[in-house]
Amino acid sequence: MATEIDAVRRDTAAPATGRPAMPGLLALAALLLVLIAAPYVLYPVFVMKVLCFALFACAFNLLIGFAGLLSFGHAAFFGGAAYITAHTVKVWGLPPELGILLGTAFSATLGLAFGALAIRRQGIYFAMITLALSQMVFFMALQLKFTGGEDGIQAVPRGHLFGMIDLGQPMAMYYTVLAVFLFGFVVIWRTVHSPFGQVLKAIRENEPRAISLGYRTDHYKLMAFVLSAALAGLAGGTKAIVFQLATLTDVQWQMSGAVVLMTLLGGIGTLFGPVVGAALVVTLENYLAASNLPVPVVIGVIFVACVLLFRRGIVGEIAARFSGKRP
Amino acid sequence: MSTIFGIPPQALFGQLLLGLINGSFYALLSLGLAVIFGMLNVINFAHGALYMLGAFVAWLLLTTAGIGYWWALLLAPLVVGAFGVVLEKTLLSRLYKLDHLYGLLLTFGLALIVEGAFRHFYGVSGQPYPIPDLLRGGQNLGFMFLPNYRGWVVVASLVVCLATWYAIERTKLGAYLRAATENPVLVQAFGINVPLMITATYGFGVALAGLAGVLAAPIYQVSPLMGSNLIIVVFAVVVIGGMGSILGAVLTGYGLGLLEGLTKVFYPEASNIVVFVIMAVVLLIKPAGLFGRER
Repeated sequence: MATEIDAVRRDTAAPATGRPAMPGLLALAALLLVLIAAPYVLYPVFVMKVLCFALFACAFNLLIGFAGLLSFGHAAFFGGAAYITAHTVKVWGLPPELGILLGTAFSATLGLAFGALAIRRQGIYFAMITLALSQMVFFMALQLKFTGGEDGIQAVPRGHLFGMIDLGQPMAMYYTVLAVFLFGFVVIWRTVHSPFGQVLKAIRENEPRAISLGYRTDHYKLMAFVLSAALAGLAGGTKAIVFQLATLTDVQWQMSGAVVLMTLLGGIGTLFGPVVGAALVVTLENYLAASNLPVPVVIGVIFVACVLLFRRGIVGEIAARFSGKRP
Repeated sequence: MSTIFGIPPQALFGQLLLGLINGSFYALLSLGLAVIFGMLNVINFAHGALYMLGAFVAWLLLTTAGIGYWWALLLAPLVVGAFGVVLEKTLLSRLYKLDHLYGLLLTFGLALIVEGAFRHFYGVSGQPYPIPDLLRGGQNLGFMFLPNYRGWVVVASLVVCLATWYAIERTKLGAYLRAATENPVLVQAFGINVPLMITATYGFGVALAGLAGVLAAPIYQVSPLMGSNLIIVVFAVVVIGGMGSILGAVLTGYGLGLLEGLTKVFYPEASNIVVFVIMAVVLLIKPAGLFGRER
């Protein structure tokens, strides 16, 4: 598949050396400072929403950007974990950290099952299969008893982290979410720069060649799928605690589309792109909700513009400009 | 004959008919998807939105211009097809050199725009569309009651599917089409206008979706959301049937509609997910789909 998508990604992907590059580390430090200061300037719940979706988009990007697999069913992992976390915390009375952990474990298991099926086909088929499987989760969320049908699970208590820190305090909640986000981000960073990440990139560039080099590519693809699903679940579970609810919106296929847009807008295959993309989309949705414009139409127009005009995304374009390559 | 497997025959055949009707729409839509995929290598995510557009054009023709069902059956597919031609010429044609995934993403964006616009102007509540006078009433078949309109939908979709299959597999034009799918450069060298054929194929494929929309209008409510959930089931149908053959798309469409109807009788809770379960099973046994070729 030596088409332009590969060329675009190669330009913008993280350097192929084993260690993270200096500009990357500087950007990470800057991001960290901004995020620590953010709740003093912006509405904390808004920033927490951005962080949850940023982690979700980063998890999705691990798959499309570094393994070349377009999953159109990531809402199942995000929303599925949200339901499990909400249920275990509200009905079973578990502490929030355990609830989120169970949600993540659920998504990882689901990812193993879906991934094992979906990697049997490639390209658009892969996308369609993940989409169809995630729709199954949607119908289950609609019909099963514990999910509350159309109402979802509401009024989930935030509880006390490790039995000590009261998450009802906005700042305590915020820094918990920030810690979760950073954990997920560092996991992805380390994965991308590890030998495992290098094999993923090799699969993305030329799978038959990776196979001929002796790599069991299905094995690697499945591992990447499970990791991505687990991190998407981590984001979903955290979201359920922050907003104290899990609803059908989280598992709907439109959510899978939203995460594709965030990643595409920010830059597929860049580490910071999904974060920027998520921040932009969430801001836009908040802003548009108060206006008279129909949100899906605006989102759709951005989607079409991204695909036609700037496929590298915002961070991808900037990175390409800095590295002195033609825009 | 009071019960069959413990189910009253009225209920059983009623659900089977409902399944057959759903299957007619699955078949028409997956047929259009298969034709488009064969020629353009694009999975047309906007297919559901264009199906909805077909129904809405019929409804708008009736409410604003007083143009009835039979003219709508002709006009709405033409309008949707023309819209498709414009989309292909202005947007899709720019992406053929790139990875096929971009086609999927572009049509996804288009679906959001079309559906979002109709939702903005007409809300989510459906609009009723009357059954044409000629097809009111129904037949008593002895074991069940068959509403005329529903019978018509099944017959019409069968005829369209067969005609399309014949045109592609048995005519000269179809032979060109299949040849261009295999090797567009060579076919172009023989003096056949391949870009025109690609445009026409996309127009025809989405016109089929528009036609399905008109057929659906008197049965379901004409609503902006009518396409968005249907499209995912159709995707599953396509994966099960395999993209290689037109026949696969059609047969799998009807078959899965019937199976869904049966599930509704015996285990209603699973009726929404049975198609996806079948998809998972087929993928385990035959990853290329029932009628697909491994490539």
